[in-house]
Amino acid sequence: MEVISFLRHLSEAAGVSGYEESIRELVITQFGQFADEVRTDKLGNVIALKRGEGQGPHPRVMLAGHMDEIGLMVTQLKEGFLHFTTVGGIDPRVLLGQEVIVHGRRALPGIIGSRPPHVLPREEREKPRPMEELFIDLGLPQKEVAQLVRVGDLVTMHRCFIELKNGWVTGKAFDDRAAVATIGFCLAQLARMRHQWDVYGVATVQEEVGLRGAITSTYDIMPQVGIAIDVGFGATPGQPEGKSIKMDKGPAIAFGPNIHPQVHKGLVEAAQALEIPHQIEPIPGRTGTDAWAMQVTREGIPTGLISIPLRYMHTSVETLVIRDIERTGRLLAGFISRLDESFREALYEQPRIGETK
Amino acid sequence: MILKELSEAFGPSGHESAVHELILEAIQGHVDSYQVDALGNLIALKTSCQPVASGHQPLKVMVSAHMDEVGVMVTHADKDGLLHFDVVGGLGARVLLAQPVVLGDDRLPGVIGLKPIHLQERSERGKLPKVSDLTIDIGATGQEEAEKAVPKGTYGTFATSFAELGGELRTVKGKAFDDRAGCAVLVELLKADYPFDLWAAFTVQEELGLRGARVAAFRVEPDVAFALEGTVCDDLPKERDESPTTELGEGPAITIRDRSVVCDPRLIKHLVEVAEAEGIPYQIKQPGVGGTDAGAIHLAKEGVPSAVVSVPSRYIHSPASLLSLVDFENTERLMRAALLCLPERWSTL
Repeated sequence: MEVISFLRHLSEAAGVSGYEESIRELVITQFGQFADEVRTDKLGNVIALKRGEGQGPHPRVMLAGHMDEIGLMVTQLKEGFLHFTTVGGIDPRVLLGQEVIVHGRRALPGIIGSRPPHVLPREEREKPRPMEELFIDLGLPQKEVAQLVRVGDLVTMHRCFIELKNGWVTGKAFDDRAAVATIGFCLAQLARMRHQWDVYGVATVQEEVGLRGAITSTYDIMPQVGIAIDVGFGATPGQPEGKSIKMDKGPAIAFGPNIHPQVHKGLVEAAQALEIPHQIEPIPGRTGTDAWAMQVTREGIPTGLISIPLRYMHTSVETLVIRDIERTGRLLAGFISRLDESFREALYEQPRIGETK
Repeated sequence: MILKELSEAFGPSGHESAVHELILEAIQGHVDSYQVDALGNLIALKTSCQPVASGHQPLKVMVSAHMDEVGVMVTHADKDGLLHFDVVGGLGARVLLAQPVVLGDDRLPGVIGLKPIHLQERSERGKLPKVSDLTIDIGATGQEEAEKAVPKGTYGTFATSFAELGGELRTVKGKAFDDRAGCAVLVELLKADYPFDLWAAFTVQEELGLRGARVAAFRVEPDVAFALEGTVCDDLPKERDESPTTELGEGPAITIRDRSVVCDPRLIKHLVEVAEAEGIPYQIKQPGVGGTDAGAIHLAKEGVPSAVVSVPSRYIHSPASLLSLVDFENTERLMRAALLCLPERWSTL
């Protein structure tokens, strides 16, 4: 499986939280090549199962990466121009001058117009425009706009996938389609490896609006180990070092209250054994990822989190290194192939109610 | 479509050669001669199609459009391999954030990134960063690699591609309609024959202060001049009662005056009368905003009667501008008609 072409298709397709249909189709096709079965649940999560060796039942490991993306939504039609609000966390400053696709009765290309400097007073040229003053221009007459667009229509950024130097790439929605590509790559790796546990590769929905797909899919799968894959803040100058991970230095294995220490340890040991470059990411509280929801599902799930280094998160020019995706996929496959009964027992070594003397 | 090719061509002020090559190819066979001057202006001559009586000089008309566009120039690479840059022409940080760019003749791709919203301090949110705080990321891993790939002084432009949006105005989007729209109109005009010597000047460095047009006009010494532009079109819903400058779909915009020139009243009268006689829609550009090559041309030598005709373009000086092909074609029609009858009317205006 070629990671770069899968990521390109995922990135260029549109799927704002709650409307992941076109992403779902891509994922079902790709995951289906390497899984024993693929299904879709009631919220729209795609769940691929690759069974462990031998007679079951086997313990289950779940990999989750979210396939939704942040976007915009039309709030008002004004003289043929569209006002909008955000779906997910978007910095209004990065919107001016951007090209978008309005998903009306058909996909309509448009521009978030910026009045030229010639007509703007100096003070307005030097300050960002508030969201409510931004508008989308479809270049169409007012009556045609009224026929094609309704309040509530979704809007995605219009951005082609671009290859930079050294295997670096840039595009939109790498958060978190990079993880979906990673899970696809991991399943492809596992097709050539032996593993005892059942593997559930899940592309979750609605992460950006409250980790919702992870809540229902984890409940359904009831895994013994859950691992969320997301993107992490790639180091750039001017960004706090303690909150950054390094680009092209491999997956960042998270540690903190959201993470089961044994899962963390297993991932680090797998990385070391396979000599995969990796880094440790301390997160002292809320991770803001699917791992946060997974951990408190049912009676509680031993959870891990891996971050793929990514610069300029939540913009249309998210940037990452393809090698980091491949390393993450290899690490996950290696970790899974090492899962055995002793690992499962180690997860529950801590004393539990009823075991005191 | 020549407008598409010109819009997508790489040509920030001072580095217009790719645009120049494209235009040269398009006008081959339609002009009698051409020259490239010391600044890089491409000046083509199409001689009069009518025999000239001995002792008479044919009327010499210069029509100009500028080839350059606003862009960026790389100043240095830092230790992280990120490229620092400054702007070329009237461009601000407000439209640079989260934009892909292409650098140099090889059009190496890069992106202007920004700290993610999650890590921004509250105080950072309401403010625009300075251009000097922005960087271009090309995926280089260190200073040496970045400097080798993109030497100091490399030019860059937006990476925007041209596309048709449709609708009854046949709207298109792309970068640099200021002034590739003017260049494209001028290329089309050269396909007809005229009863005077037509000097087509594709000029450089307009965005840095009308610098190419100044020397081109000195060389050509025209009797009459027209500048063709892709001009401000600010016809959006607004809170305050502000003028749109021009309106999309209302036809070519005729300038009365802008910051750089008071257009020759005879030429304005001529343009308006031709438009009305031919039934070509036109609009008068709201006075005051912007400056054009005519600002330099009308002051060449002893002075040149000059006018400006523009294709209204929304969002100029940003990554993606937008114009109507109906306006574009009407600009071409008006200019062709106005030029054809200029010699017979000029002395009577």
